[in-house]
Amino acid sequence: MAQEVSLRETYGETLVELGMENPDIVALDADLCRSTMTQLFAQKFPERFFDCGIAEQNMVGIAAGLAASGKIPFASTFAVFAPGRCFDQIRMSIAQPKLNVKLVVTHGGISVGEDGTSHQAIEDLSLIGSLPGFTVIIPADAIETAQAVRVAAAHLGPFYIRLCRPKLPLVYDQGYRFVLGKAVTMRQGGDATIIAIGLMVKAALEAAEGLKRQGIDCRVLNMPTLKPIDEAAITQAAAETGAIVTAEEHLEHGGLGSAVAGVVARHRPVPMELVAIKDTYAKSGKPAELLGRYGLTAGDIEKAVHAAIKRKR
Amino acid sequence: MSLPKRSNPKTSAKSAKAEVFSLSVAEMEAVAKRLRRHIITMIGKAGSGHPGGSLSAVEILTTLYFKVLRHKPQDPNWPDRDRFILSKGHAAPVLYSALAECGYFPVEELLTLRQMDSRLQGHTDRTVTPGVEMSAGALGQGLSFAIGVALAGRLSARDYRTYVLLGDGECDEGQVWEAAMAAAHFKVDNLVAIVDNNGQQIGGWNRDVMNLEPFNKKWLAFGWQVIEVDGHSIPQLIQAFDQSKRFKRQPTVIIAHTIKGKGVSFMENNPDFHGKAPNAEEVKLALKELE
Repeated sequence: MAQEVSLRETYGETLVELGMENPDIVALDADLCRSTMTQLFAQKFPERFFDCGIAEQNMVGIAAGLAASGKIPFASTFAVFAPGRCFDQIRMSIAQPKLNVKLVVTHGGISVGEDGTSHQAIEDLSLIGSLPGFTVIIPADAIETAQAVRVAAAHLGPFYIRLCRPKLPLVYDQGYRFVLGKAVTMRQGGDATIIAIGLMVKAALEAAEGLKRQGIDCRVLNMPTLKPIDEAAITQAAAETGAIVTAEEHLEHGGLGSAVAGVVARHRPVPMELVAIKDTYAKSGKPAELLGRYGLTAGDIEKAVHAAIKRKR
Repeated sequence: MSLPKRSNPKTSAKSAKAEVFSLSVAEMEAVAKRLRRHIITMIGKAGSGHPGGSLSAVEILTTLYFKVLRHKPQDPNWPDRDRFILSKGHAAPVLYSALAECGYFPVEELLTLRQMDSRLQGHTDRTVTPGVEMSAGALGQGLSFAIGVALAGRLSARDYRTYVLLGDGECDEGQVWEAAMAAAHFKVDNLVAIVDNNGQQIGGWNRDVMNLEPFNKKWLAFGWQVIEVDGHSIPQLIQAFDQSKRFKRQPTVIIAHTIKGKGVSFMENNPDFHGKAPNAEEVKLALKELE
């Protein structure tokens, strides 16, 4: 079994490296630095770290002011609180003025687990993805996380990077290079394409293995940059495999599935199935139990692939 | 409809290059009158906008832009400039008028307010207007932004000061108090908030819509130095800004007692003119009062 590594710790460690390389890197948190792991930066650079207390709206505004004055602020909290708690602040103080703020949020999705509904961000991609000019990234493992954080620091403009709470098995080796806006072909195949993000990438690879045993040859794409999305890769997958399944730890509405469907409908209509949470809130439970209950397992992806292929002409 | 001419274009031209405009009180009072005429004229031409809360802030902006701020209108992004952030973004006309009078853009451009493709948007937009530091209009966000600007100055060891203008009604927003708490916590003494305390918001008197009193005690309790002035007295405002520079390790708030719609009799203390443009007849009457 692949080694499991924390995305959050990787974020904190990468932020410290960036802080050493560039004095303009600053970090903010809203009293969750021990969970988001910005505490690593806080310990190393106390004068460049601002704990704003439990006040996400204010944190976003301060980050915007820092960015407008030449700093590169990384602001962190749980995905449910940003954008959830401070959508208008993100809209008017960051997105509209295109300021160079990096929102790196943790505890995305239902894999948060036992804390339950209030802490499970399942709408965040819909909210943040609706804001013009935001770049949205959902890394699939720790290696991709480190690179995405570095890419965000190097690019001007607003970024949203969504991490999950649990450690994840590595799906990449150290030689991997994240390229902004590009899908990554994790596996070639011609019968259907599974497009996944975050922890669903590993599930997609498992599903593809299972399907192979049934004689179905699936392509698997990781789509770490949800926005701007890689339209060419989606169009090519639709043309070459004729069926698409998306898999995400988010509501069906407004996430990866919606974005992919928009591209498919415009450029190459093919049957599509969405593996996502169906218009409901989840509840407390162990992450694996929740992923099972709400239809986000490798088995669910397999079923969706069968359904999509059945609809092929 | 035409805009009032600058009474002393020579002064303006010279000042455009200066880091600090240093006008006398009498000269500033003349500028204040021009700003009022600009506000009425441009909102009248636009057919919509917020005259009341623009007119109440005229002396505050006049004092800042023509006496207090270190700035270069020809170089709006000069890194060492003092920053003025308009949090009450609906008062954009008073900011645009002050910026135009300083030379950030031509005074004639004021007549394009709120028109398609104008650089003078209905509420401020930092991406299009020279000299505008923040996109505002959604209330309650400016103080947080100003803290970030002030902290960046401290981190970079730049000695600029950050000024942010809030409306009193705007202080209904919870974010203002999150920011008030944080500014004191971070000890940002290069930050001055000014509250345009005109007593009214869109729905009427603050005390009826949402009582803010005891207002000064709230700021004191949040850890701020508090100065109260007549917000239409330029000498009092100058003194308050001077005094704010002496406070160390604490932010300062200047509660400027003002009159909504100040300078136009039928707009004064009249919440109807919070967000309504004067019609042609009212523009004429107002400009007559402002001669």
